[in-house]
Amino acid sequence: MGVRAIQENSDSRSAWHSNVLHRARELVKSTGPAQRRDEYWKFTDPEGLNVSSGSVSPTRDANGQSTVFDGIARKRIILPSGSLDREKSDFPLSSDVRIDELKDVFFDDSHWCSDLFSTLEARGQAPVQRPFALENRLHVNSGLAIRVCGRQIQPIEIACSSEDSAEKPAYLRHVLKLDPDSELTLLETGFLGIGANTVIEVEIGDGARFNHVRIQNGMRRFRSITHMFARLGAGSSMKSFTATADTDWLRNECVVDLAGEGSSAHVSGTAIGNANFHQDDTLFVKHLAPNCESRQVFKKVLRNGAVGVFQGKILVEPAAQKTDGYQLSQALLLDDDAQFLAKPELEIYADDVACSHGSTSGGLDEDALFYLRSRGIPESDAKGMLAIAFLAEAVEEIEDEQLAEAVMQQIQAWLPA
Amino acid sequence: MLSIKNLHAGLESEQKDILKGVDMDVEAGAVHAVMGPNGSGKSTLSYILAGRDGYDVTEGTVELDGSNLLEIEPEERAADGLFLAFQYPVEIAGVGNMNFLRTALNAQRKARGEDPVSAADFLRIVRAKAKDLGIEGDLLKRPVNFGFSGGEKKRNEILHMAVLQPRLCILDETDSGLDVDALKQVAEGVNSLRSEQRSFLVITHYQRLLNYIQPDVVHILVDGRIARKGGPDLALEVEENGYADLMAEME
Repeated sequence: MGVRAIQENSDSRSAWHSNVLHRARELVKSTGPAQRRDEYWKFTDPEGLNVSSGSVSPTRDANGQSTVFDGIARKRIILPSGSLDREKSDFPLSSDVRIDELKDVFFDDSHWCSDLFSTLEARGQAPVQRPFALENRLHVNSGLAIRVCGRQIQPIEIACSSEDSAEKPAYLRHVLKLDPDSELTLLETGFLGIGANTVIEVEIGDGARFNHVRIQNGMRRFRSITHMFARLGAGSSMKSFTATADTDWLRNECVVDLAGEGSSAHVSGTAIGNANFHQDDTLFVKHLAPNCESRQVFKKVLRNGAVGVFQGKILVEPAAQKTDGYQLSQALLLDDDAQFLAKPELEIYADDVACSHGSTSGGLDEDALFYLRSRGIPESDAKGMLAIAFLAEAVEEIEDEQLAEAVMQQIQAWLPA
Repeated sequence: MLSIKNLHAGLESEQKDILKGVDMDVEAGAVHAVMGPNGSGKSTLSYILAGRDGYDVTEGTVELDGSNLLEIEPEERAADGLFLAFQYPVEIAGVGNMNFLRTALNAQRKARGEDPVSAADFLRIVRAKAKDLGIEGDLLKRPVNFGFSGGEKKRNEILHMAVLQPRLCILDETDSGLDVDALKQVAEGVNSLRSEQRSFLVITHYQRLLNYIQPDVVHILVDGRIARKGGPDLALEVEENGYADLMAEME
């Protein structure tokens, strides 16, 4: 699999990107590969993800484009095989947003992205190293730079289709900057068809609002990792939701810096796992300023040997008084073979905060199941209803009701009858 | 309509029978009350009839209009016209009350080979029934029984019953936890459903409910057996004297 799309001896590469690559290479030398013996990887074996093992390539074509958001007014950006397809994409977009391809940005000395690219990720490399994000920094060859300067924007869907079976890039990165008081709803579909290693960096300016809904499904026998690094300015907000199903091995990492006073970050997700399914949500939410709110709601329905992992840490720095932190991770285990491994953590250095976390796993409520059946609902339908009801609490975290409804319908379609 | 013969049953997890030979015949259109002290097997009887997992029938038969009730699943019993109003209606967060009821109604209709009821028709039916029962619109929108008061839960059970139109209604201690006003409202709901084709089995600890729902026949269940059977006066007698005499008789 050829992942070295960036020629290191390229003459016209911008100075800033050459520096980024140089620093990344230096850092790689002092950063070992991710290993199972690291505390940070104790529930998820990173072995198969390391490039050297050669198993990052998709073995099944995730053909076709997602129809999840078909009922939603939106602009679609089509990225087949990692390159922007302007013909198929819904250009022109609003004048409040500008989109460039990273592979062009790397050759632009004065691009706005030069100040942001890899900076949030680099900040997220401590206190634990994230070798796969670093690897992405070094090898990324596709993705978008998105600059938002206003509010008059329809939701943007990045659809990473992979219609051709040609070699696919394994590294995808999007860099987003929301100017103060701007607003963006970003939808992601089909990304697994293109990136085995995906990074999103998003800088959310003061008073800006960022909504993010991501659909991950349909890649079997394929390992993947995503990172999201977000930084919030004063009074800004983000809501990120991810729905996962029908994948073999997937880790979603999310690092959030609540850097500006009064900002709010919600990160949530659902996972539906059957048989060979290992799905890991690893989050690090940092309260750095006063009066911020954070909330995580993760729900997983697992059966037939599926494994769900949740590692969520909320850090409250001394300056972050009046922090309101909430974390919930729950698994519904439909049989004895399914597993949920959870490690919720709170690390608090301020004295005037309200933080709570809860993690539970268990089977279906037999009383509820009998109640539904006694009213005439067949057992399998009743189980499905209860599973959907269980997941609904996380889906409700989606800001937009129409989007939440679209996701809910997708989840219903995923759940086995 | 309902014919119970020599019913012996208990929890799967225990060897001991809770019901030790219950006989009962409920005719179409009749209201039968089952009274009994705590632990006499009243709720076990309702669960056995509705088909709850975890119970074993060790002897006897139960037939609904001639067909064996015990060999079919709870959902099939419901489609066949059996309804159990729960003593403790289950709270189900995340499932809308109306969505649930419509799913249940159409599942039953499907099982009977009938066409589904459209969303619009369903809404019309429910609104009319809810109004009769004094159920506010808010209760319809909320998740099933979630955050409902005791009275609201019981009224919601009667609403489900009114919409599903069963032919055999089993009310398991529907009076428990209700104040007098709520009790009257629930009883009125039940009375409005009485018809020549519909039978009721009203299970209760206290005679109070039977002031509002007049039974045709009263059974006194003691230690898993029908100790006495009589008319409405039997309930008053029990109210007067308590169950102690009957329990002594059984010894």
